[in-house]
Amino acid sequence: MYNINCDVAIVGGGPAGLAAAVSAKQEGANKVLIIERDNALGGILQQCIHPGFGLTRFNEELTGPEYYGRFVDKANEVGVDYLLNSMVLQVNGEDKTIICANSEYGLTLVNAKSIILAMGCRERTRANIVIPGTRPAGLYTAGSAQRLINRQNIMVGKKVVILGSGDIGMIMARRMSLEGAKVVMVVELMDYLAGLTRNRVQCLDDFGIPLKLAHTITRIEGNTRVTGVYVAPVDENKKPILSQEEFVECDTVLFSVGLIPENELSSKAGVLINKVTNGPSVDQYMQTSISGVFACGNVVHVNDLVDNVSAESEQAGKYAARYAMGNFPKTTGDVCCQTGKNVRYLCPHKLALSNEYDKVTLYFRVLSPKQNVTLTVRCGDNIIAKKKELRVSPGEMNSIKVDTSLITDDSITVDVIEGD
Amino acid sequence: MEKLIICTVCPRGCRITVSGDNGVVNSVEGYGCIRGKTYASNEFISPVRILTTTVKVEGLDNELLPVRSAKPLPKDKIFDCIDVIKGVTVKAPINRYDVIVKDICGTGIDMVATKNI
Amino acid sequence: MKTDVVIIGAGAVGCAVARELSKYQVNVIVVDKNEDIGGDASKSNSAIIHTGYDATPGTLESQLVVSANPMYDELCKSLDVPFKRVGAILPAFTDEQFNKLPEIKAKAFKNHVYDVEYKTGAELLKMEPNLNPEVKGGLYIPRESIIDPFILVQALAENAYANGVQFLLNAKVTDIKTKDGKIKSVVTERGEIETTYVINCAALYCDEIAKMVGKDEYKVVARKGQFYILDKNTSCKVERIVLPIPTKITKGKLMCPTIHGNMLVGPTAEDQESKVDKSTTADGLDSIAKDVKNLVPNVNLRDTITQYCGLRPNRNPEGLHFDMYDDLFGYVNLSGVCSTGLTLSVAMGKYVVQQLLFSGANFILKENFISTRKGIVKFSEQSLSVQEELIKQNPLYGNIICRCETITEAEILDAIHRPLGAKSVDAIKRRVRAGMGRCQGGFCGPKVIEILARELNIKPEEVNKNNLGSHMVTGRTR
Repeated sequence: MYNINCDVAIVGGGPAGLAAAVSAKQEGANKVLIIERDNALGGILQQCIHPGFGLTRFNEELTGPEYYGRFVDKANEVGVDYLLNSMVLQVNGEDKTIICANSEYGLTLVNAKSIILAMGCRERTRANIVIPGTRPAGLYTAGSAQRLINRQNIMVGKKVVILGSGDIGMIMARRMSLEGAKVVMVVELMDYLAGLTRNRVQCLDDFGIPLKLAHTITRIEGNTRVTGVYVAPVDENKKPILSQEEFVECDTVLFSVGLIPENELSSKAGVLINKVTNGPSVDQYMQTSISGVFACGNVVHVNDLVDNVSAESEQAGKYAARYAMGNFPKTTGDVCCQTGKNVRYLCPHKLALSNEYDKVTLYFRVLSPKQNVTLTVRCGDNIIAKKKELRVSPGEMNSIKVDTSLITDDSITVDVIEGD
Repeated sequence: MEKLIICTVCPRGCRITVSGDNGVVNSVEGYGCIRGKTYASNEFISPVRILTTTVKVEGLDNELLPVRSAKPLPKDKIFDCIDVIKGVTVKAPINRYDVIVKDICGTGIDMVATKNI
Repeated sequence: MKTDVVIIGAGAVGCAVARELSKYQVNVIVVDKNEDIGGDASKSNSAIIHTGYDATPGTLESQLVVSANPMYDELCKSLDVPFKRVGAILPAFTDEQFNKLPEIKAKAFKNHVYDVEYKTGAELLKMEPNLNPEVKGGLYIPRESIIDPFILVQALAENAYANGVQFLLNAKVTDIKTKDGKIKSVVTERGEIETTYVINCAALYCDEIAKMVGKDEYKVVARKGQFYILDKNTSCKVERIVLPIPTKITKGKLMCPTIHGNMLVGPTAEDQESKVDKSTTADGLDSIAKDVKNLVPNVNLRDTITQYCGLRPNRNPEGLHFDMYDDLFGYVNLSGVCSTGLTLSVAMGKYVVQQLLFSGANFILKENFISTRKGIVKFSEQSLSVQEELIKQNPLYGNIICRCETITEAEILDAIHRPLGAKSVDAIKRRVRAGMGRCQGGFCGPKVIEILARELNIKPEEVNKNNLGSHMVTGRTR
C-alpha cells in the first residue's frame, strides 16, 4: 500500500479543512496533508457562487469561490500538501492512521501525529422529513440542484416549489429565477424564517417570490416527473390543516430542510458524538473524545456563516499542530458547558482546564426567536460573561466569550434571558 | 412614501423605516448602526445588488466559470445583465478577477471571474 | 419478429420462466412496458423469501412457495445473489394471540413446513432484545429468509439472456392476435412478434392482457403496501424477521433487516382502484408507526432514509391461478401472483415449463446451458488487499461516487455496460445501490446523471429517473 507520513492529516479540503491546514502550518507543523475526495479544494464553496461570505473575517463581501480562493492561495504559500480525488475509507483514531482510495495511487495509508476531521455536512432529504406522495423525477435537495446548475452546467427544472427557508433554499430561489425558472413559492414549516434575513430580502423579496410561513408540503404528485404538490398551513403542533390544502403546479421541488454533520467516519473511528449537534463532542481546542483527533466546521455543528467555520477551524489547526509537535497544553480536567434558558446547543461542549488560560468563544443557537435579550454565562452563582443582543433567532448563531481563568466550578451554563 | 427596509448589512437584520419622496429621504428610523442607516437610505433611493452567475467556457460542457459584478449593480438592471452574460463564452485560462464583461449594460461596472480556470 | 415463446412481463416470475425455458432449445422473447427489467411488484415488496408456513394447504400457492424456499441456497450461489437465512419469529403478546399459536403451527405442518418451533417469551427476548418485553411466547420459523429482490430478478434475466433469451423493453403489449384457436402474434409498441406460445406474467396488468384474448374471468385489484426503510445506523434493530400474529382482516406489519443492513418496516394493505398510484400517504405511514411499535416499542422511525409503496396484484376471485385453455392453444395465463410472488417465482418457472411439456410442447434440453452468472463486484465488501488489486486493475475502482454506500465508478460502469444494463438513474440504483444510502442520491445523483449521459452518449436532459418522461433535468444552463 502507498504510504504517506505527515504531522497533521486533515480529512476534507473545504473551508474548514483549508483554514485548519493553514493555521497548523503557521503554528509550525512540518507536514500538513489535506485529503480531499473532490477533484479540487474548496468543498461546498465551489458551488456557492453567490456573495455574502467574508463579511466578518475580511470585512468585504466575497463569493464562495473568492473566499476559498484566498485560503487556497494561502495554503499554497505556506506549503500545505494535498491529495485530491481521494476518499477516506477508514480513520483510526488511536494509532492516527487513515486509509483512503485514490485512482492514481490505489489504496493509500496516511500515518499522522494528529488528525483533523473536516468532512462537513450533508442535506436532510424529503424522506427524512417524511413527505408523502409519489417518487417522481424532479425532487432535489437544494444543494444537489446548486451543484448541477453552478458547477455542472445542468438546469434542473422550470417551475419550482421550494420547501424550507434555509439559506441554501432561498439562494437557490434567486439562482433559479436568474436562470429563467419560475419559483412559485417558498414553503416554511415554522412561523419564522430558517435562514438569514438578508437572504429573504435579496433572494425572495427582490424576485417577488412568496414566502409561506407555517405551511408545509402535504404530498407530492406525478408518476414520471413531478406535476405538482399540495401545500397546507400547519397548526400550532405543526400538523397540516388538510381542509385548507391547495394544489400547486410545478415540475421541480427543492428541499432545503436542514443539514446534518457527516460523521460516519468519526463514529467508525470511535469518536463520541453529541446527540443534539450530531457532531463530535469537542473542547475549546476542538479536540474530540479521542486524544489527538480534532474536528472543525460543519462536521461539528452546522454553521450559518463560513467566517465562523474559519475561526473555529484555525483553532483546531493550531492545537492539532501543537499536539503533533508535542507541546499541547497540559490539561487538568474538564468543565461541562450546559445549555440554560432558551439555548438549544452549545459548542464547544466542554472546556479543558489547562495551564494556559484562554478567552474562549462559545457558539450557540437559541430555541426560539426573542428580542432585546441578555446572554449570560453562569459559573456557580457568578455571572462570568454577559452580552446584550437586540434580537436572537434559531436561524442565526450567537456567540459569547468567556475567560477560562474565571471558571471556579466544574460546569458553566449559558442563558438567554429577555430584558436585562 | 414610507417603506420598511430590512437591513442586510449584517446578519442582525434590523427593520428600518424610511420615509421620503422623489428620491429624497426625509426620515430613517429603527437602524442599529450608521452603516445600516446608509444602507436603508440607499436602498430607498436606488437599490443595488451584487450579481453573481456563471459563464460558459469554450470546450467545457460540464464546467462553468463563476463570475460576479465587481461592485453592486442597480437592481433594475439585473435581468438585462443576465441576458448579456448568457451569450458570453470565455477561453481558459482565466484568472480570478479577470474582467469577463467590461462596463456591463452601461452601468460602468465590470463582470469579473471569481476563480481561476 | 418471430419466436417460439413470448413472455409478457420482466418481473421475477417472467424472468424465472425465461431462465427455465432458456435451458431448452427454444426461442424466447421477454417483453415489458418498463425501461428496465425488474417489474413493478417485484421491485417494491418486503424482500422476504417465505417458507409458505401460512399458505392455504393444498393450494398451488402452497405447493410452489414451499417447494421454492429450499431452492434459494443453490440458486443464489450460482447466480451471485445476496441471500441470507435469518429466520422469522412470530411473537404473541396477548392470551388471544398466544392461543392461536398451535393453530398456526399445525397449518405450517400441513403445508409441509415441519421446522417451526415454539419459543418461550424469554427465549424470544434473548433472540431479539428489542422485542416488546410483554411477549408471552411465540413461534420461530428458521427458513424465512431475506434477499436482494432487484439482484434476484437481474440475475435471472441476465442468466436467461446469456442463454439466448431476448428482451424487448419499453414495449407495452397493445394486442394479442389469435387464429383458429391458436396464438398468432403479440403486438407491442415496438413491433409485432409472431409466436406459438404466450405466457402472461404481467402481474398487475395480467387481467388486461387476458382480456386481449377474451380470458378475463377475473380482475386484478391493486393492494397498496407502504414501507419505511431505516438507516443502517438506527439505534433499535432486529436480526430476524419479526412478524405479527395475523388477524382475520390483515397479515399485519412486520419489521426485518434488509440484506444490506437497513431496517424495513411495513407494509400496509390497502385495496385501490388505480394500478399506477404508488404514492405513500400520511395515514398509511402513521398506521405503520403505530402497529410496529406493538412488536418493537423502541423502533425509531425518525431514522428513516426513505419510504416507498408497492402494489400487490391481488386477484378477484382470490388465489394463485395457472391456466391453459382448451380453446386457445399456446396461451398460458398466470394470475393472483401477489405477496409470495417473489418467493415462488423460481418454482413457477419450473412449473410452467413442466405444464408446457405436458401440453405437448417439443422442447429439447440444451447441452451447453450456462448455469452461473457473476454479479457486479462490490468494492465496499472486499478486503483491503482485494480493493488494492481492483484499483490496480481498473483505476475507476478508486473513484468513489456514492459516499453513503461506497460505490465506485467502476461498479456503475459495469451496471451500465453489462447485458441488459442500466439506462436510468433508478436502474443504476437497483444494480449497485448508488443513491440508496442515507443521503438518497444527494451527493452522487448529480454525478450519476453525468456518467449516464457520457456513457450512453446522450444529453443530460435525456437521462431519465426510470421510465420515459421521467427526465431528471431540463437541459444545459449555458
